[in-house]
This record gives sequence, structure tokens and C-alpha cells, in this order.
Amino acid sequence: MTYIRPNFRHPELAANELGYVRKDYEGALSTLCAGCGHDSISAAIIQSCFELAIPPHQVAKISGIGCSSKTPTYFLGKSHGFNSVHGRMPSVATGANLANRDLVYIGVSGDGDSASIGLGQFAHVNRRNLNMLYIVENNGCYGLTKGQDSATADIGSASKKGTPNPYEPIDLCTMALQLGATFVGRSFSGDKEQLVPLIKAALSHRGFAFIDVISPCVTFNNNPKSTKGYEYVREHLAATGTVDFVPVRQEITADFAPGFSQEVTLHDGSVIHLHKQQEGIEVNDRDAALEAIRDHKAQGQILTGLLYVEPDDADFHELQGTVNTPLRDLDTMDLCPGSRALEAINSNLR
Amino acid sequence: MKAIQAVNDFVIRFANVNGTGSASANNLFAKAVFRMGIPVSPKNIFPSNIQGLPTWYEVRVSEKGYLGSRGGVDFMVAINPQSMAEDVASLEPGGYFFYDNTKPLDLRYHRSDINYIGIPLTDICRREYTDPRQRQLFKNVIYVGALSALLDLEFNVLKELIGEQFKGKEKLVAPNIHALELGYQYASENFQCPLGIRLERRDNVGDRILMEGNAAVGLGAVYGGATVAAWYPITPSTSVVEAFEKYANRLRIDPGSGDKKFAIAQAEDELAAMGMVVGAAWNGARAFTATSGPGVSLMSEFLGLAYFAEVPVVLVDVQRAGPSTGMPTRTQQSDLFAAAYASHGDTKHVLLFPATPKECFDMAAQSFELADQLQTPIIMMTDLDLGMNDNMSEPLEWDDSKVYDRGKVFNAEQLENMKERFGRYLDVDGDGICYRTYPGTHPEKGAFFTRGTSRDEYAIYTESGDVYVRNMERLLKKFETAKSYVPAPEFFPAKEATRDGVIFFGTSTASTLEALDQLAEEGVHLDGMRVRAFPFNREVEDFIEQHDRVFVVEQNRDGQLRKMLIIECDIDPKKLPSVRYYGGMPITAREIRRQIHQLRGGATVTKIRRKVG
Ligand SMILES: Cc1ncc(C[n+]2csc(CCOP(=O)(O)OP(=O)(O)O)c2C)c(N)n1
Ligand code: SF4
Ligand SMILES: [Mg+2]
Repeated sequence: MTYIRPNFRHPELAANELGYVRKDYEGALSTLCAGCGHDSISAAIIQSCFELAIPPHQVAKISGIGCSSKTPTYFLGKSHGFNSVHGRMPSVATGANLANRDLVYIGVSGDGDSASIGLGQFAHVNRRNLNMLYIVENNGCYGLTKGQDSATADIGSASKKGTPNPYEPIDLCTMALQLGATFVGRSFSGDKEQLVPLIKAALSHRGFAFIDVISPCVTFNNNPKSTKGYEYVREHLAATGTVDFVPVRQEITADFAPGFSQEVTLHDGSVIHLHKQQEGIEVNDRDAALEAIRDHKAQGQILTGLLYVEPDDADFHELQGTVNTPLRDLDTMDLCPGSRALEAINSNLR
Repeated sequence: MKAIQAVNDFVIRFANVNGTGSASANNLFAKAVFRMGIPVSPKNIFPSNIQGLPTWYEVRVSEKGYLGSRGGVDFMVAINPQSMAEDVASLEPGGYFFYDNTKPLDLRYHRSDINYIGIPLTDICRREYTDPRQRQLFKNVIYVGALSALLDLEFNVLKELIGEQFKGKEKLVAPNIHALELGYQYASENFQCPLGIRLERRDNVGDRILMEGNAAVGLGAVYGGATVAAWYPITPSTSVVEAFEKYANRLRIDPGSGDKKFAIAQAEDELAAMGMVVGAAWNGARAFTATSGPGVSLMSEFLGLAYFAEVPVVLVDVQRAGPSTGMPTRTQQSDLFAAAYASHGDTKHVLLFPATPKECFDMAAQSFELADQLQTPIIMMTDLDLGMNDNMSEPLEWDDSKVYDRGKVFNAEQLENMKERFGRYLDVDGDGICYRTYPGTHPEKGAFFTRGTSRDEYAIYTESGDVYVRNMERLLKKFETAKSYVPAPEFFPAKEATRDGVIFFGTSTASTLEALDQLAEEGVHLDGMRVRAFPFNREVEDFIEQHDRVFVVEQNRDGQLRKMLIIECDIDPKKLPSVRYYGGMPITAREIRRQIHQLRGGATVTKIRRKVG
């Protein structure tokens, strides 16, 4: 348990351009196990929202059930949150987004929540290109029910109980790529340098942004035979490159070696700059991304970083053709056709 | 030969093959009777299949305005060879059997106590049309033309309706009228028209309309301010969301941009459909879904969440025969338990019971109001009979001075001026209903965490038994409060003082009222009460209190409404004899009357039939 958070702050706390300090993006004290990867992801979300200067109350946090799904309590305390039911976060997020297209939606889920009980909803929210950030905090097990293998556990991986998992794992990034997500990334809760810019880019992306974050469960799945423990993951990481996220208001200053860098301009004008580890990886090619994931896996490596982005596809609201005003702000005048229209309908039914 | 003699009081049934275009011809017939000022009650009897199986369309014509199913058939339009044996057998003695005599009728279909009317439909079509598709389609129109002569269905009314139907496609008017004439001519030349069974213009319809309940629900959702609909297709509820979409596309388009002031999501299943509704309602939109029994089972999980987290969702349950897949295209009132107590734990939901299309419209609009006021799921219990048949109804009305009441919601200004800490689950007004905020309202105040786990008044997670119980008791108080918000029952006092009563709801209404008339003629008087909502209001309890014995009429096996009355109002079960029919066809007055006689210990009754001459 993380009981105490030091209350001491430096007198000249840095504020973002809206005047909010980092503390404005924090939430309640975490009750997760000390060292749980999920807490690092919460910290990365806090850092990203702070750096992007998103008004905290303009974010809606939605989750399912699990240790991971508890975390929205631990970040963005000024935002509304919805801890829904197991595996159903995508549908709640879909409805919420339809009601008000102007908020920023952060969905948090676990590998049990998304790859087992919620696999159907996970698949379909990808297809709709719902404008949201969807994070799976992936520890290869069911933390909250005490460590059973989840559907993302690798073959041969063993949790604290020791029995190796015999079943084929589900790779959520692969599924997201196949099902139409327009932003797909993978990261590691222990790699803040990579995770924060990735989350910032995902939050700025218009459309469905999926990030699978490997997030070790220190209590049930952090032993030597587990492929989702800190040690194993650190030793087997490979990255597509380093991601630099440049918000719309900022000038690009860095110099990048030609051939090894790629720029993607997002819908809001901000830019993702990818410094590639090797030439040839393209972030706007679904098939290449699928292939890269497969190749690295074959070599025993976990490929992380930005895997795919398509900034210009229509999101769910555009596909629906809804008005720009959030639907929930429309009132009686906007919505009710009135008695004259009804009289016309009556006379057609006589 | 005996032949039924009846003016404006008979049942005619059309036996067709589904997918052959008979529906529009049959509708034309019913609508024409309606236009002659005579009350009609058409019912579709159809298989769970798209093409090739038998389907029936039954029209009860009742000058007195009895709209429930009567039982029995007086006139059979037998177009489907597949169902002919059954169709011959179902005719009342003295009835009329209309068939295509292009080929001679199979001897097995001969009955000595019915009248045969053979018209060579196939032959006429073969002579007139070369295109096989036309032969098929016009055959339907031709039999309507023949019926016009045989039953005195005014030909001008048919012509007028054809004109309206093909408005904008005028080319089709003349050929259709020609087909009507072909049938008319043949019948009048070969039979003595009209028959003993016939129509005569009346003025018994007034300004009433003919509308499907599902269409009225969809339209009610448009008027009630729904902006988000999420659904998964299932008979017999599909046409609810289809109607919402149709009307919204007409009435809810932003004139400047052409954009939609609504969104419809076809979900991956009913779990997701209800999840979307929960998400949208939580975020401040009026949202709904429509389904039938199997969907209610799947939605139970989210209904429990919406009850406990107090999210105002609207669900329309168009009931069909269960359990499981049951009889998907047959009607029942059998989801009462499933809906009222949907989900685990101590959970109860508000139910509304519409009986007519007007009430479908009114209650659909009202359900959004109630959901917002009570911050809990509102479930409208309609059924296949009401939803998928054209039901005669009072016209729809809307009061233009009405402004949506979004219930207890704090806006930014109220939050700004608030001195104390905002508590989402604080019962400030003592009615069990608390104030909520929409996400994104205020930068500093009003944010809270919605959860299906136990929480205190400030929405903070808790495992304290006392706090949990306090919350559960408040939810119960809210349910008490709901009794004064939901629609009150409708009373039908007997003409003579009586200690006996009868309770009914929804689509059992028309047949029960007809049975009450029949019973009164026989000297058996009962006070009637139509229940319109759950939780049961005070008036419902008083009615039971004021009578010695109250029959409860419903269309399910287990007497679900009766049991809910017993449990919720703490009634002695012996006081509530149960009248039930649940075979999948609408309950009839004959059946209700028979069971009430039996329960009263009276003699077994013989059917009343009009005279056969
Ligand atoms: C319908 C239902 N079934 C089972 C559970 C019990 N349950 C709670 S959390 C959980 C698994 C969570 O695993 P995951 O999503 O990976 O989250 P983690 O705890 O690992 O972060 C289960 C099975 C539940 N809450 N609801
Ligand atoms: S059980 Fe595992 S997943 Fe849950 S809080 Fe502890 S370390 Fe994290
Ligand atoms: Mg997990």
C-alpha cells in the first residue's frame, strides 16, 4: 500500500499554460500494492495531462473492474469518473462520447477486463474509431482475483503459482490493428520516457487511440518465469523508435537524421516525431506494424513504441453525422418537434 | 346452407405466404374499413422466418369498438395452399371460405357447414399479366377488389387509398385500380353481392388513428428528447429504433448544416447497447434502448448498475413469448419479474404499462422525464401485439408549453455559489432523490466518481455496513417516492354495486373490457382497474382493499402481476384469483369470461354466437 504522499511542494511549483500545477491532475491516494505497475501508468497519465494543459474537468475517466480499473480514482481528481462493470468500459465510453463530443475520454482497462470478459466490446469500439484514449494495463493476470492467468499470458509464462500457461495468448495491439484502431502503441509501465510522449500523442489524436502497457503485478506475476515481470520485460524490450510529441503551439526545434525520422501531423496540428531505431519502419502502414510485432515476438522480443497512426480517418461522430454541439446540451427547443408536426403525423394515420 | 349474417361485426382472416407482398393488400383492406368509420383491429400472425412460410393477417371488424382478439374466424381468405387444411378447420360454422378456384379444391377441404367462394385468381392474373412478379403482386390486389363487392367495402375508399399510397409514383395508380376492378367485376358477376356478412358505413371512428405501438414509442422518444439510441436487433422490438430513426431523420435535422441532432449506435449485443445508454445518460443525454426478453436477460447486469449508481436510463421491452428464445413472433406479458427485479442483489425497477399507441407515445416521452426525475431505470413494458400491429388509438397530442424537466442537476452557477461540499448521494430534500452533476460542468466543483460499488454520500468507496445500509434504505425511499410520480391506474366501475373486481394491464385491456360487458349482460358485475405502472400506487392498494375478491388478468403462465401485487402490497393470495392465457396469441374476451365464470364456480358456459341463418 502506498500510504503516505509527501505534502511538501517546492514554493515555485511549475504551472502549465492554463495555470494548473501538477497537483491539480492528481487523484486520491492509491490503494494498490507498492510497486504495482499500474501506479506508474497513473503517474504517466497525470504527467501527460499536465504537460498538455488539458483542463482537468474536461476529462472523463471510465473503467471496468480490476486493480487496473480502480486507478482512475488515483488520477485527475477534478474529473468525473465512472468505474463501471467488468469488461464493459468500451460501451459506457461509447455512450458517454455520443452524449458529449467535446470532452477528452480516457478509458482504463485490464487484460482480464479487455481480453477476456470484454473482448467483444474491445473489438467493436476499435471498429467505431471512437475518439478516446484506451489504455490496457497489461499484467498477464487477474490481479484483483488473486493472480489467475489472463488471456494475454504468454505460452510457458508462469505466475507465482508456478504452472506454465499452455494457451495461445491474445495480442491486443494486433487485434487493434486488425480491427481499425487509428492509433496503436505499446509501452512498459517502467519506461516513463517512452510512455509519457506516447500518451500525449494518443490524447491529441482524434479517433481511437489504443495503448497496451505492460504493467507488472508485483504480487502475483513478477517472478522469474513470468514474461510480464519487470526483469523479463526490461531484458526483452525493443522499440520502434523514440517518440517526441510536439503540441500544436510549440515550435519544432530538434534536428533529426534523415531517413531515420518520420513526422506525423495530427488533426489538431500537433506533431509526432519518431526517431526510428532502424530504417524502414513506417507508422502509417498497418501490415508493416503487424509484421513487426510478429517478427519481434519470434525473436523473443517485445516491440514497444508507436506502432501505427492514421490521423485523418473519420471518428464515430463524423461517421454518424451528428451536430457539432454536444447532444447533451440540446434543449427542448432544439429537440422537440412540437404539436404541428404531430398533427401532420396523425392525419397520415387516419 | 347456413350462412353467418353480420353487419360490421365479424372476423376476417387472410392466409398468405410470407414474402409475397400480401401485407400491403391486407393493410389496404383494413384501412378501407377504418375509413368507412368502422372500428377495426388488425393483427399480424407471422412465423420467425423471412420467406416461404405461412403467415396470417386477421382483422376484427367491430362496430361497437371491441378491439381485442375475438377468437374464431367468420371469413377466410385462403391464398396459401400450405395452410389450407388448418384454414378450413378454423372457420366458424356458417362461415365463408374464399379461395382460388383456378384448380378445383381438394376434396379434403370440403366441409358441409361452410360457404365456399371460389374466384379464379391465378387464371385472371395469367390472362392479364405476363410478368410473373406482377402476377404475384396483383393477385393480392385482385382479392381485395373481390372483397369490395362481396362485403360492400366501398370501392371509392379503396381508390382513394391507392391514390394516397402511390403519391409521387402516379404511374402505379391506374394498374392497381385496374386490378381492384378485375376482382370486383368477377365477384359481382358470379355471386350475389353483398353476402350476408358485410360492411356498412358508420361514424364510429372519430378522429382516431391506426398506428403500430412501436412506431408510437419511437416517435415518443423523439418528442421526449432522446438524443442517443443504442440497440441490438430483435423481434418484436426492432421497429422501435427504426421508427425513432425514421422520425428523427425527418424532425431532428439541423436546418443549417444538415447534421443530426441524435445518434444511433447499433451495438454488438444487448450488453453493449445498455452500456452505451448508461454512458450517455451519465453524461447528460437522454438515451434509450429497445429490446425483448432475451435482451432483457443480457441487460440485467447494466440495469443493476444503473439502479445502484442512479443513472437515468430508459428501456423499452417489447415482450414476446419466453422463456429463452421461446416463440419469437408470438405475444406475451411474461417479462414482469425479469424487468421489475432485473439484476442481482436487492434491486427494483420502475415499470410502465401502455395499452394503446397513444399511451406508447405518451409514456415513451414521459419515461425520459421520469428517468431524469427519479435517476433510475424506467422500463416500458409493451408487447408484440401492441408493438407490431396497427392498433386503433386516440390521436397523439403534445403540449407545446412543455419544457423538459431534467430533474435534480446542479449547473455551473449553482456549483459556483455552493458553500458546502457537494455530495452526490446526499438526500438534501428527504425524498431519496439526490443532486447530480454532468461531467465537465465546473472546473473545481461537482466532480465525483460513479461506481457500482458501495459508496458514501460523497461518492467515496466504502465497505462500512452502516453506510451501505443507509444508502440502500434511501434507494427504497426513492422507490416509495416513485409511487407518486408514475401514472395512476384507470378505473372502470361496474354499473351495479359489487364486491368483485378485476385488475388488468397493457394489451389485456380491450379483451377484459369486452368480457366485462358480456359478464354484465349475464348479471355478473365487476369493477375494473387498469394498472399503469410499478411500483403500485396507493390507489392500486385501495382498490384491492375495497373489494372482497379481485381477478387478475394477464398473459403469462405464472401470474406474474398477481404475484407482484401479493408481494409488494402484502395481499392474501386467496383474494386474487388468477385469469391467464399465454399461448402466444392475444388473450380473448371469450377466454377471460370463461375463466371468470369457472373461478366464480358458475356453470360451464357455452359460447355466445350471433345467430346463424
Ligand atoms: C461479472 C464479473 N465476473 C467476475 C468478476 C471478478 N473479477 C474482478 S476483477 C477480475 C479480473 C481483473 O483482471 P484485469 O482486468 O486483468 O485487472 P487487474 O486486476 O489484473 O489489473 C475479475 C475476474 C467481476 N467483478 N464481475
Ligand atoms: S494485485 Fe497485482 S495488479 Fe493488483 S494492485 Fe497488487 S500488484 Fe497491482
Ligand atoms: Mg490484469
